Amino acid sequence: MGDVLAVVEQRGGQPRGVANEVVAAARLVAEGLGGATHALALGGDGLAGAVGSLASYGADRILVGEGAGLARFQPDAHAEVVSRVAGAGYDAVVFCATAQGKDLAPRVAARLGVPLATDVTGIDVTSGGLQVIRPVYAGKAFARVGFRASPALFSIRPNVFPPRQVPGAGEVQSVDASHAEPAARLIEFREAGSGTLDVAEATIVVSGGRGMKDPENWHLLEDLRDAIGDGAGMGASRAVVDAGWRPHAEQVGQTGKTVAPKLYVAVGISGAIQHLAGMRTAGTIVAINKDADAPIFQVADYGVVGDLFEVLPRLTGAIRELKAGG
Amino acid sequence: MNIVVCLKRVPDTETRVRIDAEGTGIETDGVKYVMSPYDEFALEGALRAREAAGTGEVALVTLGDAASGETLRQGLAMGADRAVLLDGTVTPDGLATAKAIAAEIEGVDAPLVLLGVKAADDDQQQVGPMLAVVLGRPCATGVVEFAVEGAVVRCERETEGGTEVLELPLPAVLTITKGAYEPRYASLKGIMAAKKKPLEQKSAIAVEPGLVVERLELPPDRPPGRVVGEGPEAVPELVRLLREEAKVL
Ligand SMILES: Cc1cc2nc3c(=O)[nH]c(=O)nc-3n(C[C@H](O)[C@H](O)[C@H](O)COP(=O)(O)OP(=O)(O)OC[C@H]3O[C@@H](n4cnc5c(N)ncnc54)[C@H](O)[C@@H]3O)c2cc1C
Ligand SMILES: Nc1ncnc2c1ncn2[C@@H]1O[C@H](COP(=O)(O)O)[C@@H](O)[C@H]1O
Repeated sequence: MGDVLAVVEQRGGQPRGVANEVVAAARLVAEGLGGATHALALGGDGLAGAVGSLASYGADRILVGEGAGLARFQPDAHAEVVSRVAGAGYDAVVFCATAQGKDLAPRVAARLGVPLATDVTGIDVTSGGLQVIRPVYAGKAFARVGFRASPALFSIRPNVFPPRQVPGAGEVQSVDASHAEPAARLIEFREAGSGTLDVAEATIVVSGGRGMKDPENWHLLEDLRDAIGDGAGMGASRAVVDAGWRPHAEQVGQTGKTVAPKLYVAVGISGAIQHLAGMRTAGTIVAINKDADAPIFQVADYGVVGDLFEVLPRLTGAIRELKAGG
Repeated sequence: MNIVVCLKRVPDTETRVRIDAEGTGIETDGVKYVMSPYDEFALEGALRAREAAGTGEVALVTLGDAASGETLRQGLAMGADRAVLLDGTVTPDGLATAKAIAAEIEGVDAPLVLLGVKAADDDQQQVGPMLAVVLGRPCATGVVEFAVEGAVVRCERETEGGTEVLELPLPAVLTITKGAYEPRYASLKGIMAAKKKPLEQKSAIAVEPGLVVERLELPPDRPPGRVVGEGPEAVPELVRLLREEAKVL
């Protein structure tokens, strides 16, 4: 009793970085309930050989479902296999609120006939039973939510639960990966530019608004992102998405993505309430804006009042120097 | 081509949230309510699909209180043909919502059911795929554009790393995100016509929610912002603070 299942994602046959966060969150619950932490990964053949690292992050057992039909994320196929495993006696099942997890978790919940809390930012197992804390109204309030059904299913927001290294060696065990042929057929996949990190998963986000003046100027932000390096992603305000300068996938805010990176750099963004809704839980917020009265400065830990076309290149240069200097 | 669109009435995104006396909900006094923004995209998509097919009806379904009738009227004014208000309690349990909506949709001949990708109050992002499972229909989430072609619906979705084109056999459930469907405004004529369109009100089936809000709280205040300096001269100090104080570089 008290066992908790962490449903982790792989990409290209390797567990993704966020997988360790899901295991950490699951372990938090398992420790509170006095049970074990199991991780479940689905993918193509050969996955079992790549998931061992999850043990050192706290998975007592690593369950692996392998099959050609699981190499690529197929919502119904994955939901069928995950539901079968999740329904076999766990008290709680933890997903990650990534693009894939947001698609998968509700299907699993509905198959099991239990509710789901999504995008969780806090876990409490001390006050008798499990409660989770999740943002509502785009982060303008936080709801403490209790479960009236078992297993308790929830997904965690990326970048909130730090991975924890835990000594121990979880054994790898394979599970039944059979599934029906999905009804949805993939006709075509058009790859976007390589190396595009989803803004919701980036640990540092560089974000541009209407103050950038023209989509042609975006190289200034791309340079900054590239100078920061690994884990940095690109965000945008709705104004520039509506203008067609940037794709909606990059929009941060109430009608875009909600992000919680350790650093958020808002450049030429005024800080409208709907934008703040998507980024106010970032660890550190930097604002660069020429208008000293822009509302973004009310939430920014560090503000620079000035012309972004002068400030950005200097900032990029300084960070490059810093990185080069080690 | 009959299409059902599921709509939710939510506080306007400008709303300043205040917690109510019980500490589990928001103060609704003075709050302006609107159709959830993504539901507007879903409705626009439905109207265009009906126009492309040249036949069929767009029906709206909402689970909510009597005031949701106002949101349905707004949808009728945009061009939907009829609306159903399922009078019942809305909870954060999306599965309970999906079951209530499924009970209504099961009896309707509509090969396509559209929802928003997420509702702008609870932000659960789950009712669509849950409804699909309850109805036993295939589902694509986060669709930016779709087209019905015979017995299938072809959907475009933006996913991590690229654009996916999927074909789903009908009947199917789609959740719509921002993409091709910039919502139209209701014309004066549309608003007049909406008053005469059928808006049926019935009791929702009772589903015990499995998720309960124990407490609602405002987020902790961020410490007031600090201006590091003006212009490019502020950069060295900014970088120092990011490195030494915030420790993020
Ligand atoms: C239902 C609804 C949902 C919404 N959802 C979202 C959402 O999800 N995300 C979102 O972002 N918005 C959203 N909005 C829109 C939001 O209200 C604002 O309109 C939008 O965020 C403004 O974008 P912006 O800050 O880029 O543009 P602006 O408000 O025009 O701000 C541009 C800023 O750039 C500064 N600037 C200009 N030139 C320079 C320069 N050379 N150097 C430095 N600074 C400069 C200006 O001082 C200004 O502060 C929504 C609105 C509604 C009604
Ligand atoms: N009470 C409701 N009545 C009708 N449709 C709803 C209701 N709640 C959610 N939906 C639909 O489900 C979508 C996703 O909502 P959610 O899963 O709550 O984020 C919304 O955009 C609506 O299309």
